[in-house]
Amino acid sequence: MTRLNPRYRFENYVVGSANRLAVTAARAVAESPGMVYNPLFVYGGSGLGKTHLLMAIGHLAQEINPQLTVEYLTLDEFVEAFHAAIAAGQGEAYRRRYAETGLLLVDDVQFLTHRREMQAELLRLTNAVLSSGRQIILSSDRPPNEIEALDERLIQRFAGGLVIDIAGPDYETRIAILRRQAEERKATFGPEVIDTVAQLGLRSIRELIGAFNRLIAFQAVHPTPLTSAEARELLSRTLPATVRAMPPAAAAPMEPALAAAAPGGATATVEAPPAGSTPEAAAPPFELGAGMSDEFGAFLSEISSAVARQVEAWRGRVAEAVVRWEGEGYRTDRLQRLLQGEAPVDPDLVLRLYEEDIARLEALGKEMLELDTALAAHPALHDPDRLAEAEAEVARAREGLAPPPGPAPIWSLEDFAESASNRYAVRAARSVVDDPGSHYNPLVIVGASGSGKSHLLHGIGNALGKRAGLVVACLRAEDFVEDLIKAIDRDRVAWWRARYRRIGAFLLDDVHLLAGKERTQEEIFWLYNLLAEGGQQMVFTSTTPPESLEGIEPRLRTRLEAGLVVELPPPDREVREVIAARLLREKGADGDPDLAAYLASRASESVRALQGLVHRVLEAAEAERERPSAGFARQVLEGAPAAPTRRTTGNRTSGLLSPTGSLRSREKMIWDWPDAGDRLIEELR
Amino acid sequence: MSLVNFTTREITCKIVYYGPGRSGKTTNLQYIYGRVPEARRGRMVSLATQTDRTLFFDFLPIDLGVISGFTTRFQLYTVPGQVYYNATRKLVLQGADGVVFVADSQARRLEDNLESLQNLQANLLGQGVDVRNFPVVLQYNKQDLPADLILTHADLDDALNFRNYRSFPGDALRGAGVFETLKGISELVLKRLAAGGAGAA
Repeated sequence: MTRLNPRYRFENYVVGSANRLAVTAARAVAESPGMVYNPLFVYGGSGLGKTHLLMAIGHLAQEINPQLTVEYLTLDEFVEAFHAAIAAGQGEAYRRRYAETGLLLVDDVQFLTHRREMQAELLRLTNAVLSSGRQIILSSDRPPNEIEALDERLIQRFAGGLVIDIAGPDYETRIAILRRQAEERKATFGPEVIDTVAQLGLRSIRELIGAFNRLIAFQAVHPTPLTSAEARELLSRTLPATVRAMPPAAAAPMEPALAAAAPGGATATVEAPPAGSTPEAAAPPFELGAGMSDEFGAFLSEISSAVARQVEAWRGRVAEAVVRWEGEGYRTDRLQRLLQGEAPVDPDLVLRLYEEDIARLEALGKEMLELDTALAAHPALHDPDRLAEAEAEVARAREGLAPPPGPAPIWSLEDFAESASNRYAVRAARSVVDDPGSHYNPLVIVGASGSGKSHLLHGIGNALGKRAGLVVACLRAEDFVEDLIKAIDRDRVAWWRARYRRIGAFLLDDVHLLAGKERTQEEIFWLYNLLAEGGQQMVFTSTTPPESLEGIEPRLRTRLEAGLVVELPPPDREVREVIAARLLREKGADGDPDLAAYLASRASESVRALQGLVHRVLEAAEAERERPSAGFARQVLEGAPAAPTRRTTGNRTSGLLSPTGSLRSREKMIWDWPDAGDRLIEELR
Repeated sequence: MSLVNFTTREITCKIVYYGPGRSGKTTNLQYIYGRVPEARRGRMVSLATQTDRTLFFDFLPIDLGVISGFTTRFQLYTVPGQVYYNATRKLVLQGADGVVFVADSQARRLEDNLESLQNLQANLLGQGVDVRNFPVVLQYNKQDLPADLILTHADLDDALNFRNYRSFPGDALRGAGVFETLKGISELVLKRLAAGGAGAA
């Protein structure tokens, strides 16, 4: 409800003997809120500039410290907003809001009379503000002890700060005020006219300005400059009787329209002359306006203040929205900035857009709650000015909930070569696929490197994935660790966990590599418990049986042992032959049925080594332009050296020659080292 | 039609003077015309018969100038009072933000007043306007006539003002009550405009 009138500042507050003390105190408070006079209680008759002074304090304090929150409200607004907040069940939020305001300005507290409930509320608020070192400033038309039926404790609180009065302006101050008004309104009057108004005896600044406004309105429709006598005559008609008894005077409404008006365009077809009205002969039964345009001038003045009130009505709507949305926990900075300025181009549009943003935030908040409870409290989700950030945050959460990596599709369970040696493991795998989470959970496959663990694991994963709706996470332990490190680095562990909470099966390759990774082990421990409880299948592979795993916490190790541990031996000849035949078939080199048998007969501890043999033979055959056969393979692998690989051109090439002369790997090597002297010069450069 | 337009910083209010024939609607406008400084008024447009009876409508635009940063314009219209011009009345009533019902205070015109008031309500309802919330004020015109010919303010309130509208005694010929009435309706209209209410459909 900060709606400081931008015109009410110290710069245009006319200081005279009657208000000098109050202004000095006010400035001191604005410069050091909460440090000097707290609370500051300003009182004085109506129309003497209390509101102006309060708002000036607000402006100055905010200029000095732009971070300071400033709230201005009248007691009536305070009461209304409080009732609304109570009705909406937001009483606490309302209290907190004002208690946390850096500088609170409460106008017109004389209306506390006989309102015990609000007195108690204001007492509570004052205590809260004072105890937290924040500043409260109040104004009233009378001193605290003259406010009827005011709680004694409140009187004491107010007296504990500074209670100071503003008296009516003296003649010189009145002249200064009128001159400043004329300057601000760009109106030109002779000094005798201003003197006439100042001598009216009006003690209230509001009345004084009202009378002056009347002169401005009159001048706006009269081509000749107003004289002192005319001013006296004009003002004498509407002056309150009490003042009229003294010198001539007037009182007029505020805010008359000043700008010259262009005639509106008539659109009809036939024109009639203005009716010959202005009857002045017969005495009217009611009091008629005095002058020709005077009646219109009075109408204009009154309508002007009605228009001003209604034009400003948008502030009320925005203020209501501030109370409402703050109560709901949303930031309202955008609306508060609106209240501090002049009428925006379209306040209702601003409000509507704000509320649309809120609606979007509500939707995002709801979604985030489902995605990740921990992230639902993200501040951007409660600040319409950070909507884009909130969108991005939710998008990241959504992305985070994309399933973790799944099994590689090239490895299927059907392709896994089964033999007597690995039958036990393969059957366990099939059993897991047929009835996941029921029999062997977890299944731990133990085997040496290259024994086909990964193939079997991914084969299980693919088979499980074919089951409707089963999301399978299948990844290497190193990748799992890396993923967690990234999540920790980005402070997104919550959504990282959430990814795994939604999976239907968890397959982790090379669990032995988790040795010493304490945090990862802890995460897997909790994940294990969660998945086991939900009946989700888990499969692990390891080079070492669980009981021999080193660097793995006992609580995780024992859990791995709790399921079925199967050993996957190195591929026996039968398996090797099946694999070799398949590899040759895939390369289109299955012409010689003995080739697969020969390759399988070569001792190799792993499938990977067998693959190496197949590649060597096929590459050599290609280089020699030979048909791959068992005989050729024997020649390549057992002695008769293949023709040395020819260097083509240049100093460098790829590949490392094996002792037999065939290509052993594709690592790059340097064939010709540069001269040592050249290197030295290169380094010196 | 009327609005507080924050984009163009304009306020435009359409006020329609309604009532039975010869009750003084045009006289109200003429009096206002005579009091508005030339610079602030547009041409008053009337379409009248030879006997000075309004045939179509009167239109008086008033420019109140810039108030609180808003160019404020009032457009005052009258409708023809005669029963058979209802189509015109409906037309003029469209988009109105407020209505001044000018009643003839003469006792013998009471029936005409009632009939016209009912006609106003029927036409507003016909345009989808909720008459309970629509700005209307009553002006009891011709209060300057001899007391034995007219009904008093209180009598007229009893007879016509069952919706408890604001009502003003008037003597439009001499101007008594004219600006009070205009001020009364203007305040209601402005209040409603600021609250976001729309004019007649």
